[in-house]
Amino acid sequence: MAEVEDTLKRIQGINGVIGTIVVNAEGIPIKTTLDNSTTVQYAGLLHQLTMKARSTVRDIDPQNDLTFLRIRSKKHEIMVSTDKEYLLIVIQNPAE
Amino acid sequence: MSSKRPKSKEARKSKGKDKSNETNPTPDGGALESGHPDYIFPLVLTSATQELFGCRADEDVTGENPYKLLKKEDIIKDMKTRASVSDFSPVKQLVLDYPEDELLLVFDRDFTYGQSFYLVLTVEAKENILKPSVEGDEEQMKEEEVEEEEMIIPKTPVSHPWISLGSEQEIEEESVTESRPRLRYKISPLLRHCGAPVCFSDRSALDEKEGFVECPSYQDKSFSIREMEKHTAIQASCDTKHSSTQTLWKYPKNMWTQYEPREFSPEEKEHHLRSEHLKNFITSVLIRFEISLQQNYITDVFCDDWTALCEDDGMLAGKTETQLKEYQTFMDLHFSKEKTISHVHWHPTISGVIAVAMTERLSLEERIDNSTKLLLNPSYILFWNFTDPINPQLQLECPDDVLCFQFCPSDPNIIAGGCMNGQVVLWDISAHVERLQDTRSSSKNISNKLDKNNVTPVVRYCAVSGIENGHKAPITDIQWLPETFELSKLGIPVENPSRISVQLVTCAPDCSVLFWDLRPPRVVSHSLTDVKQKSEEKPLENPHGVPNTFKHLNLTWKPFIRVSLPKIGSSGEYSPLKFSLRDNTVDSPTGDKPPQNTDREEGCGFAQLRVPSAKQQKPLENISTKLYVGTEEGELVYTDWKMEKDNDSGRLLSTKPIHRFPLHDTLVNTVSRSPFFKDIILTVGSSSFAIWKEGVTNGPILMSAFSKKMLTVGHWSLSRPAVFFIGKEDGSIEVWDLLQNTHEPSQSQNISSAGITCIRTSSISSKQHLLAVSDCLGTLHILQIPWTLRRSSNSEKQIVRKYLEKEEERLEYFEKRQIKHEKEKKEMEAEQQRKKTEPVLPLKQEEELEAEALKKYEQFLALEKDILKNMGLLNGMEDSSDM
Repeated sequence: MAEVEDTLKRIQGINGVIGTIVVNAEGIPIKTTLDNSTTVQYAGLLHQLTMKARSTVRDIDPQNDLTFLRIRSKKHEIMVSTDKEYLLIVIQNPAE
Repeated sequence: MSSKRPKSKEARKSKGKDKSNETNPTPDGGALESGHPDYIFPLVLTSATQELFGCRADEDVTGENPYKLLKKEDIIKDMKTRASVSDFSPVKQLVLDYPEDELLLVFDRDFTYGQSFYLVLTVEAKENILKPSVEGDEEQMKEEEVEEEEMIIPKTPVSHPWISLGSEQEIEEESVTESRPRLRYKISPLLRHCGAPVCFSDRSALDEKEGFVECPSYQDKSFSIREMEKHTAIQASCDTKHSSTQTLWKYPKNMWTQYEPREFSPEEKEHHLRSEHLKNFITSVLIRFEISLQQNYITDVFCDDWTALCEDDGMLAGKTETQLKEYQTFMDLHFSKEKTISHVHWHPTISGVIAVAMTERLSLEERIDNSTKLLLNPSYILFWNFTDPINPQLQLECPDDVLCFQFCPSDPNIIAGGCMNGQVVLWDISAHVERLQDTRSSSKNISNKLDKNNVTPVVRYCAVSGIENGHKAPITDIQWLPETFELSKLGIPVENPSRISVQLVTCAPDCSVLFWDLRPPRVVSHSLTDVKQKSEEKPLENPHGVPNTFKHLNLTWKPFIRVSLPKIGSSGEYSPLKFSLRDNTVDSPTGDKPPQNTDREEGCGFAQLRVPSAKQQKPLENISTKLYVGTEEGELVYTDWKMEKDNDSGRLLSTKPIHRFPLHDTLVNTVSRSPFFKDIILTVGSSSFAIWKEGVTNGPILMSAFSKKMLTVGHWSLSRPAVFFIGKEDGSIEVWDLLQNTHEPSQSQNISSAGITCIRTSSISSKQHLLAVSDCLGTLHILQIPWTLRRSSNSEKQIVRKYLEKEEERLEYFEKRQIKHEKEKKEMEAEQQRKKTEPVLPLKQEEELEAEALKKYEQFLALEKDILKNMGLLNGMEDSSDM
């Protein structure tokens, strides 16, 4: 568990990162650095989007799978990496 | 087929039977003939035959068991052996024809067939007899049954004659048959007529009455038949049914639901965090996250450099674009000779119309000398229109030279002006505003207009203030208060419900700033005398058709607030020349808010308005009551116009000014606020100008260098926050751009030969910005502002603000340094003082000084020796003593 904590701290420490969320396969957050309401919102919405993206990738080629999803908006960049059981979401403010 | 055979056999048998009956004619035979069937052949068997075949009567065959099967071969052998004697001889042929090998012999005990034995001649009969029959013991019955059974065996249907059951009778009744032969008639004319020549002609049957005979049907009442039976045809059809249904109407109902997101309990979270799976996952994805995050940090890949670049590049411009181009010049030959333009103002709503105040170009002595002549030549305010450069559109007659005037911001038909004699003048040009608007639109009709009325209409002023209550010196600045607020008697800004500008502010070098109200003053009680006076005034008609807008003010008008400017720190007062309020109507661009003329009735609004009582008015908090005043001595005074009540005398006194900045050496001719920043003020003196920020008391943020030529007027640009125009005595205009240079103007251009008296920008049309410049000789120049000076970039305001803030910081820094310097200086002085007060030490003798020096030197030598000894460098000890 200490390793997980260390790794998450490392990500959080990178310049510009606003928050990190670890979510399980159903979209329930496990660990987060943001407040509860924001976390729940991000987890729910990004979980659905990731499922959709993954099904898109797999429909095109069933041997393929989604590894990384980056969403760039005006204000932030949201990065989602997915596994069979977990989802890791990182929100960064890329403005220098 | 087989049935035929018994018949044939029966036929033969009957023949044979007859024969046998002939041999045995017994009455039983006769009865037997009719009784026994054809396939039974009664036999008499002798006892020898009986013994031979084993069918002895009452021994082998009995009544109970009368059947005996005989072999055909035996019978044939017997017949052969005994030929005609054999008992079987009559049936010889029959036996030979018998298909099977065994024949059935039946002991006929009762002599039913006439003999004691009978032979069954058919196979079927044999089988039938031998079969145990249930029906009856009687052989006849059995035989009959056998016969019947033979018939019932299923065969192909055989056509039988039709048996009538009565259904053909109905058809026979219906059908029509001829009951008798048909009668034939032959009709022919007499023979003699035949062959004669005939003439045929046509005749219509309808021509004559007797042309045809008809037998119409008629109802014969004597004869009626009641229909007992009727033939009708019936067709079956399905029923039609009308039915309807209605769906349930469910009315819309507001429903709500509340949900909560699923969350893990802390233990579950712990459990997940400890799982191996999660650890592996995170360590595996970490790298790609780091790469992406660093990518974003290094550079913004989505930034569009091209668009961001072009904004900053907007400043570059060609040489031809930067100059102010001359657009039009106005010079009136009749009225502008020997006159200067003192003030210029664009018409706020009608584009292309500009008003110009002409004053005499005379010094004070000359004025006094020529005072009588001046009275005969009244001065005017001229209205120029771009479409007509020769003739002014309108002339406003003034009681005296007008040094400044303003259009009312809420009603552009009202103009207020300040005169040389200290009077405030009001004009109402509502009657002539169509003329101004008409000429603007139609330039083709210029020639027509010129023919119609060569004389420009002269509008007389409709009200002047009372001389004794107004200023004692020429009014140098006049401004309207904005329509959002008005002032109460104490100078407190209160809400203005009528949304009309009703108050004016004027200043003059008689050391006062006056506030005027356009509404009639509050009358406490209507006395009879007042009513009488009003009725007397009514028949008086205004000469020259002056409108009655301000009749209530004429000659009785007086200000309601008088602000004096006592000097700070010394006696006397400041003499204001120009002033600037924070919320003013002059400096801000007014192009965006056109006054609503439809709401107000023209002309009679002001008379109906009444000054509201102090209790009804709601004070406004965010209006600043402070104003900047530029004085004759070149100072900028910051004061408050609120009056405070003096407790001793009960009078209202104005407060002392807050700040005073002596900057310019001669009179200040412009105090103007920036239209973009409410707290930035430009003041122009004769030799320099300065930019101030309200609230910064150290000094001006920016001060220009002293210029060689006198500066006469300054004006901010209305479209670019960093640009302002300075007019000079030699007729040139300097354009200062704070973003380019702060030590010199960005460009300078000579407009006319005489000194510039007023600069004003017009911002009505966005495509064309015009600069109105008036000069001493009475000419009004209209210049076009080039695109570079007109268009501001998006960030210009921010840049200028930052620059100003920096300058402010610089000032503060200087202030701090100054304080520090002073402190240091003080400390230094104190120290010097201290030194001076210390006791003076006696002069030492020279020898003593030498002795001391020598002693010190010897000490030094000893020290040197020690050190060298310690270091081990002391080689020549004897030599060192001589050094």
